[in-house]
Amino acid sequence: MSPEGSEGGNQSLPRRAFVRTLLGSGFLGSLLSFFYPVARYLLPPPTSESSSDEVVAGTVGELKNNTGKIFRFGSKPGLLVRTSDGSYRALSATCTHLDCTVQYRGELQRVWCACHNGMYDLEGRNLSGPPPRPLQPYEVHVRGDEIVVTRSRRS
Amino acid sequence: MLERVRAWLDERVAWNQIAEFLSHKTVPLHRYSYWYFLGGITLFLFGVQVVTGMLLLLYYRPTSNEAFESVQYIMTQVQFGWLVRSIHSWSANLMVFTAIAHMFSVLFLRAYRKPRELTWISGMVLLFLVMGFGFSGYLLPWNTLAFFATKVGTDMVGQMPLVGHKLMIFLRGGEEVSGATLTRFFGFHVALLPGITTLLVAVHLALVQRQGISVPPAIEAEWKASPAARRDMPFFPNFFLREMIAWYVALGVLGALAALAPWELGTKADPFASAPAGIKPEWYFLFMFQTLKLIPAKMWFLDGELVGLAAFGSAGLLWTLLPFFDREGARFGRKWIVGAGIFALAYMSVMTVYAYWAK
Repeated sequence: MSPEGSEGGNQSLPRRAFVRTLLGSGFLGSLLSFFYPVARYLLPPPTSESSSDEVVAGTVGELKNNTGKIFRFGSKPGLLVRTSDGSYRALSATCTHLDCTVQYRGELQRVWCACHNGMYDLEGRNLSGPPPRPLQPYEVHVRGDEIVVTRSRRS
Repeated sequence: MLERVRAWLDERVAWNQIAEFLSHKTVPLHRYSYWYFLGGITLFLFGVQVVTGMLLLLYYRPTSNEAFESVQYIMTQVQFGWLVRSIHSWSANLMVFTAIAHMFSVLFLRAYRKPRELTWISGMVLLFLVMGFGFSGYLLPWNTLAFFATKVGTDMVGQMPLVGHKLMIFLRGGEEVSGATLTRFFGFHVALLPGITTLLVAVHLALVQRQGISVPPAIEAEWKASPAARRDMPFFPNFFLREMIAWYVALGVLGALAALAPWELGTKADPFASAPAGIKPEWYFLFMFQTLKLIPAKMWFLDGELVGLAAFGSAGLLWTLLPFFDREGARFGRKWIVGAGIFALAYMSVMTVYAYWAK
């Protein structure tokens, strides 16, 4: 846009349009500069999540056969299950449906989510109800007195 | 498209009636017209407080263990957190200033006269509420200055006869200023006061709307002498656009102040540390603070502190009832009121400056 050629009385429109564009875009630009900090402020800074891929989930003898417990894996819950034959299984305890925390149901020998009746088997496979994906299984090792849970780092 | 929206709205809420009304609304135009902006700017700053306050609530934690750290987190970790908090603090201080300036401009232009007594009273109550916002909000970062300011301020309330002690316990949530006080002040600051203030602002604005904008008596007399000199400006869009420019400038000033002088946080409050030397309240409480420092401990048989507080209390009450002293044919007419206004302004200014320089 050019302001020249607007000297004539009947040619004053380009000049007005020029001023309008200048003021308008300046105003819009300043509005953006007001809202940009607010938008950045709304999102919290990332929390330093524990980067450890290994956690002590419990001690030997803590769990009876055919029971389970929730343990902390970084900021997320994990589920440790001692099966009826005495072996250990560990899974992510976050239901793949809507983020609830699952539990072990001894009488069904299944992992169950109370929120929407989702059902998983001990391998973490989703069997019935709304869960769309299996629970992530973890490795379990008994190291001395401790039950150590390891997650394989996915790239 | 726009026309159809307008028609849709008109069928439901008589939009055209509102637009018609707005198009007739005018603002008197004379050499004091600039003072009309102060109320609007105060309102804008209140809006800024509401918005930045809501933003601060996203990260602030109102407990004595976490409050200071959460404000520190806002200032150092959250993106633009320093900006949001500094604007909140600066805007709070500017708002107290513009509210006081608005009050004095109304006083000297004598806009409080009949029939606008209720507008004045609601405005005075709003001014006290703004000070309540200042006092309660000051404690929330839980730093040393805030802790002692709250101790002193609530202790003053406790000195009132009869109800004082009970009132102090109510404010503190116990005998001492503690985490319980912080929780209460937080509640006052973000729920109780905003609720009452919003309602009262609505009343205040409705009254201004209902009665129209006051023309100072001096101008009114001039206009009566020569009716041709009477001028006014359409509210929409002429005055409205000017007001928007004022708001825009106010926002620019806030941003500049926040960027050039971010608000300090100080050190975390420790209930078992001594008060630091040179501790002072916020500037708008300084004139009272300095007066109370100057009053001797005993005046005749009365407690000096109590005399000072009683004087400020009754002055505040009389000030609120000011319109009732400026009636036609009243003995204490306008000269007294203008004189009192000048005296109050001079007293507050001198004492504030004195408090800054005094040791």
